[in-house]
Amino acid sequence: MAINWFKYSSPASFYVLAGKMIPLFSIAATILFAVGLYIGFFVAPTDFQQGEAYRIIFIHVPAAWMSMFLYVMMAVWAGIGLAFNTRLSSMMATAIAPTGAMFTFLALWTGAIWGKPMWGTWWVWDARLTSELILLFLYIGFMSLQAAIDDPRRADKAGAVIALVGVVNIPIIYFSVKWWNTLHQGATVSVTSSPKMAATMLTGMLIMSIACWMYAIAVILIRTQTIILERERHTSWVSELKGVSS
Amino acid sequence: MSLWVIQRDLLLAMRRRSDVLTTLFFFIIVVSLFPLGVGPEMNMLRTMAPGVVWVAALLASMLSLGRMFSSDYLDGTLEQMLISPQSLSMLVLGKAMAHWLVTGVPLVLMSPVLGIQYDLSTDALLILTASLLLGTPVLSLIGAIGAALTLGLRGGGVLVSLLVLPLYIPVLIFGAGAVEASTAGLGAGAHLSLLGAFLLASLVLSPWATAVSLRISME
Amino acid sequence: MIWASWSDFFDMGGYGFYVWGSYIVSIICIVGEVILVLKRKRTLLKHLSLIQESTKEEKANETTS
Repeated sequence: MAINWFKYSSPASFYVLAGKMIPLFSIAATILFAVGLYIGFFVAPTDFQQGEAYRIIFIHVPAAWMSMFLYVMMAVWAGIGLAFNTRLSSMMATAIAPTGAMFTFLALWTGAIWGKPMWGTWWVWDARLTSELILLFLYIGFMSLQAAIDDPRRADKAGAVIALVGVVNIPIIYFSVKWWNTLHQGATVSVTSSPKMAATMLTGMLIMSIACWMYAIAVILIRTQTIILERERHTSWVSELKGVSS
Repeated sequence: MSLWVIQRDLLLAMRRRSDVLTTLFFFIIVVSLFPLGVGPEMNMLRTMAPGVVWVAALLASMLSLGRMFSSDYLDGTLEQMLISPQSLSMLVLGKAMAHWLVTGVPLVLMSPVLGIQYDLSTDALLILTASLLLGTPVLSLIGAIGAALTLGLRGGGVLVSLLVLPLYIPVLIFGAGAVEASTAGLGAGAHLSLLGAFLLASLVLSPWATAVSLRISME
Repeated sequence: MIWASWSDFFDMGGYGFYVWGSYIVSIICIVGEVILVLKRKRTLLKHLSLIQESTKEEKANETTS
């Protein structure tokens, strides 16, 4: 069965498609969040090393995963938009950035709060925390660059360049921060200190990750719709849209 | 072709010598402010020195990024460069090298003197200068991308810092790390060769990315 | 059920402040983002429909006069 994917690369038909998909992803996210949190708080047993504090993991690890994954997705979409001049993929990249930045912030916040009872300080210059902080800077740079440019096409392309440069740099930054960290304090502080993770914990974490993923897709789709409306406000299909035409 | 651009930019810089001196004095002042802030204790200063000099070098080279393309943009030379048959990447490489010669080289030459303020040993001074010599061209090359992207934007100066400073981090880590490693007796070879690798990689990739960015900004 | 009582649940074995501190902020962020995104879309749609109506009225006026 051949689906004409190119049909959905036009903003007008994507708007409609997104409208159909948003409820599905929202419902999936809600259910999965509920299940994940239930497992995290009522099923998963107490960790013998960290006590109840480890329960932060159910939001911390998914947020950290999403922050990195979304940056790569943002760079991929922005790169496709730059290479093939497809407007929709650039809009997707722009829509991903705020959600990615939010997850980065959450990963930092929960990481710091987890660090206080475990390591005794809110912040350690651990390789992961430091790279996460730099990732937040990269997101902020991308968003402020796009915000500063009035012409949307230039904003798309300039954002794509900085996102791609960032994605090339992320492994270098991570590697250098890690090296710097071991040079300075040794590998005394490591997040992965508990290799044996109970199966229920792992299940809870995975469900929470998928929930975050579904949530991110739903929010990004809504934001893409908004961007499409903003950019195409003068076209005829927008004026014929349900909710616009009365 | 790059040589011609370098020559031209150097000539222009010589005509406006105060700009060059401003960057250099900024560097000197920032480095000299740190002891006043943290106290004159020599042991602490000695451990801080490489980091302080490197951070000041990052800021100084970033400050002058705005000038890399803006004057050519305003007088229309940049437009001529874009439509000229010469490869834009080579022109950009020339401009980045000129930026380095004008801002980076004075910093490199000044750094041993500033290192003495911090009571660094001769070996450490040598390594500091070598690391700056390898690292500052990388700063100019990466900075060129940021300068090209923010060309003609309002608030471009602050924006450039947001875009470029996170990308400078690996250079900072290995630049300052080289001096620390040598004072710790580990040898600075690994750090310096990594800085060299960064230099080579940015020599290849950055002019190309900058050329793409310039075309985007000039559309 | 692994908790003896609700107060046990909120106490989190002494780590209540940390666990709830991270979850409450996460919920605020997520709910806040949803509200902001929906609000932005809604105001935009309203704005667009207002423009649409006013242009319609203009056209109607043009034909009648």
